[in-house]
Amino acid sequence: MIELDWLTQILEVLAALTAAPMFLGWITKVRAWLQNRSAPSLWQPYRTLRKLLVKDVVIAENASALFRLAPYVVFGTMVTAAALIPSMGTRLPISNAADAIALVGLLATARVFMSLAAMDVGTAFGTLGARREMMVGFLTEPALLIVIFLASMIAASTALPTIAEHLATQSLGLYPSLAFSGIAFTMVVLAENARLPIDNPATHLELTMIHEAMVLEYSARHLALMEWAAALKLLNYACIGFALFLPWGVATGSGPLSLLAAMPILAVKLTVAGVALAFIETLSAKLRIMRAPEFLAAAFLFSVLGLLVHLLLGA
Amino acid sequence: MLSSPLNVCLTLIAVWVGIGAAGLLRPLNVVFAGRALFLLGAVCGLALALVAACSLSAAPELVVLPIGLPDLPFHMRLDGLSRLFLFLLGASACGVSVFAAGYFRSGQGTAPGLLCLQYHLFLASMALVLLANDAYAFMVAWEMMALSSYFLVTTQHRIAEIRAAGFLYLLIAHVGAIAILLAFGVLQGGSWQFTFDAMRTAHLSPPWAATAFLLALFGFGAKAGLVPLHVWLPEAHPAAPSPVSALMSGVMLKTAIYGMLRITFDLLGHPVWWWGLLPLGIGLFTAVFGVVFAAAQTDMKRLLAYSSIENLGILFTGIGLTIVFTGTGMGALATLSLISVLYHALNHAFMKSLLFLGTGAVLHATGERNLGRLGGLIHRMPWVAWLTLIGALAIAGLPPLNGFVSEWLLLQAFLFAHEVPKPFINMLLPMGAALLVLAAALAGYVMVKFFGVIFLGQPREANLRAAKDAGLLERLGLLWLAVGCVLLGLLPAQIVPLLNLVTRQFALGGELATGSGWWRLAPVPDRQNGYAPLVFLLTLAVVVVLTVVAVRLLYHHRMRRAAAWDGGFARLDARMQDTAEGFGQPIRHIFTPFFALQRELPTPFDRAPRYRVVITDRIWSAVYPPIARLVQSAADVSARLQQGRIATYLLYSFLTLVVLLALVI
Repeated sequence: MIELDWLTQILEVLAALTAAPMFLGWITKVRAWLQNRSAPSLWQPYRTLRKLLVKDVVIAENASALFRLAPYVVFGTMVTAAALIPSMGTRLPISNAADAIALVGLLATARVFMSLAAMDVGTAFGTLGARREMMVGFLTEPALLIVIFLASMIAASTALPTIAEHLATQSLGLYPSLAFSGIAFTMVVLAENARLPIDNPATHLELTMIHEAMVLEYSARHLALMEWAAALKLLNYACIGFALFLPWGVATGSGPLSLLAAMPILAVKLTVAGVALAFIETLSAKLRIMRAPEFLAAAFLFSVLGLLVHLLLGA
Repeated sequence: MLSSPLNVCLTLIAVWVGIGAAGLLRPLNVVFAGRALFLLGAVCGLALALVAACSLSAAPELVVLPIGLPDLPFHMRLDGLSRLFLFLLGASACGVSVFAAGYFRSGQGTAPGLLCLQYHLFLASMALVLLANDAYAFMVAWEMMALSSYFLVTTQHRIAEIRAAGFLYLLIAHVGAIAILLAFGVLQGGSWQFTFDAMRTAHLSPPWAATAFLLALFGFGAKAGLVPLHVWLPEAHPAAPSPVSALMSGVMLKTAIYGMLRITFDLLGHPVWWWGLLPLGIGLFTAVFGVVFAAAQTDMKRLLAYSSIENLGILFTGIGLTIVFTGTGMGALATLSLISVLYHALNHAFMKSLLFLGTGAVLHATGERNLGRLGGLIHRMPWVAWLTLIGALAIAGLPPLNGFVSEWLLLQAFLFAHEVPKPFINMLLPMGAALLVLAAALAGYVMVKFFGVIFLGQPREANLRAAKDAGLLERLGLLWLAVGCVLLGLLPAQIVPLLNLVTRQFALGGELATGSGWWRLAPVPDRQNGYAPLVFLLTLAVVVVLTVVAVRLLYHHRMRRAAAWDGGFARLDARMQDTAEGFGQPIRHIFTPFFALQRELPTPFDRAPRYRVVITDRIWSAVYPPIARLVQSAADVSARLQQGRIATYLLYSFLTLVVLLALVI
């Protein structure tokens, strides 16, 4: 059933591309509800993307080719990452090409290109954003890898589809060590995607911002790609989380029926995850940037603790 | 039998020595000694790499050269390990020599002819280290390597700091050499035969074997820059001319890895598992230490020197893991981690040489090594910038370039460390992976700082606007190494089986089941851990091209340029970008205990505000001055014997005579 596998693959990428802005819009909506504000439409992110795509590009006089290349590379890596993550089915032809470690490497590539592009024009905000992004990155990357390491140990494989398949078909399915990893992973998701308490996606020109400072020089289609890539990144992280912690419902066979069933299950998971993220963000306050390392060190320690629990208890 | 690979290698080494000697014919002629001879040396390096690569799977060859002392001929041996490291030497020396042909100019310290001699002697002695099959030949070549590189480091010998850096390098090189000499003394095991063949058959009791291992670890650790013997690296690398830094960092440090592998897995043969914990622990600490210091540096060559310390730490971590695996009977995993060591050694030779040459090109164009006075060079020096970017991304461990492959292999090996049948150790080992990953992630930070501050942003000084791109030969040298980085990154499925051949000569107790298909690397086949960089790159490329086409065709590609926006701030200048100090600030904040900081902060009322931060290494002040004081006081004590009066000396002779007579009778 190789055709169906490719179909799953293409379907997954297309679904990720189209659903990513919606997921972001959903989180914004729930946040607004929770904070007693009137909520923007779910389609708002799409409208923003369309607006940006038709506008004329204005770039700084001293921007180099790297600056213009980076949005495409960042967007490309995020789409590739979406192709590697088993969000609907585990039989993905392309995911053979790279395991979870390579996936983390891919996300790091996007981060490095984004930071380099931010430094390219040589503005105060750009370099500040790049420095902070790389600081957050080097603290989250080990935590993320240790989380993946633990899941790999349990499933005896670093391939993400195999991990998801193993955890989904486990009769017991509950590991205390994964609980610690789950906490660490949630903290990583918040930090990596520029959410509260590390960064505030709703503000501009604050002394504390990270992501917005980096894309400040971008406009029009470049900015659209950067924003779309950021939305995809959030979706990708959510799907990595589902593969590691909530793998149930993913199509493990190659029948068309299980694939059909996997789609609404993914939608439900994303809806719930969006509500959870909005809750966390509403309940937490923005940390001072120099407190961020403590938060992220805690994430790293939680992930290591999960590993240690697994090694001690074997569960 | 001139056609045998070993004889060809020896001939090529002799040609290198000859090229060096030819430099003395017209020592002041830059075109002859600085350009033509270096190009000839590059051809020689390429030939050496080809010979080594083509004969990789051949049987070991032996030859005895009747040179040296009458009773001590040089024994030479060419086996898989030597061939691999000769390939590493030849291939990177080829790129570096081509670059050097365009680099050296007259009127800077040592004359070009003399430099040519030192440079080619350095290359020849490194090749001899890799071929030596007895302790005598090894030590002679090792010392020749240390001395020739010392003279190369002190090329600018009129500057006092450079002389001091050279002296420190020479001192630590010799302390290390003494330990290696003692290790060989232990290894001969009472047979008094100093050939490696005799050492392979000698049976050492466990304590003596451990002693030999520890001595070797100290000796080669000093060459490799393991903490606390790392202090010479950040001094010597910036002092040397860039092609020499590239060779020292890319190749010479690898001879320490070669020596460590040779003694541990070949001469000692069966390492005990707990020996591995030492290089593992020290290696991990060195890796984190090196990269944290790299992030705080403001001199681009010092930054790269600390990054080399990090990478050598990773290599020693891999060696330690191999010892643990092979000592506990997990042969296949030992093979896997040894392959990761060999792969990383190869990778580091290419990427670090590339980066050092990149800094050399920047140094030539701007005369500036301080990151705080660079910036924006991607516009003036596009060739150097884009080729250096490849090296920077590679060393940051990003797929699909080469640095990622070896880190991936090492992590795959670490993934099984919990299966080591030793209580507690099996729980501690996976924690090592956490440190390794931290070091790798920090390497990304360091490289963004390195590349971003030098090549991106606005030029921080006015004279940078006049910087010119590197010349043709320099570009060719950089290109050669960059292509090496890309190929090593894209073809691991072809290279790993070759490295597997090399590991077969050691009795690690297991085989690696390689691969599933030519396009995919799968070291542990039944677990589906795979990595296929070609597919990976292809997917990425297809997506990027489709995006470009879609965005630009479906919409429009109108674009105009304007002044930078920067949140509407109108008076932007180059001083508002992060400096190298600024970019390192989070690291200093997070890893405060690592550093000894001296800060001078201005108060609001200062007429001439001055901000100064000096970062010093705590290990230096904790280890070296006490030792220096100890040596000094020992010298003071012994100086009391030295009265300078003939009567006192006669008294010493008389007393010695009395004591000896008393002992005899």
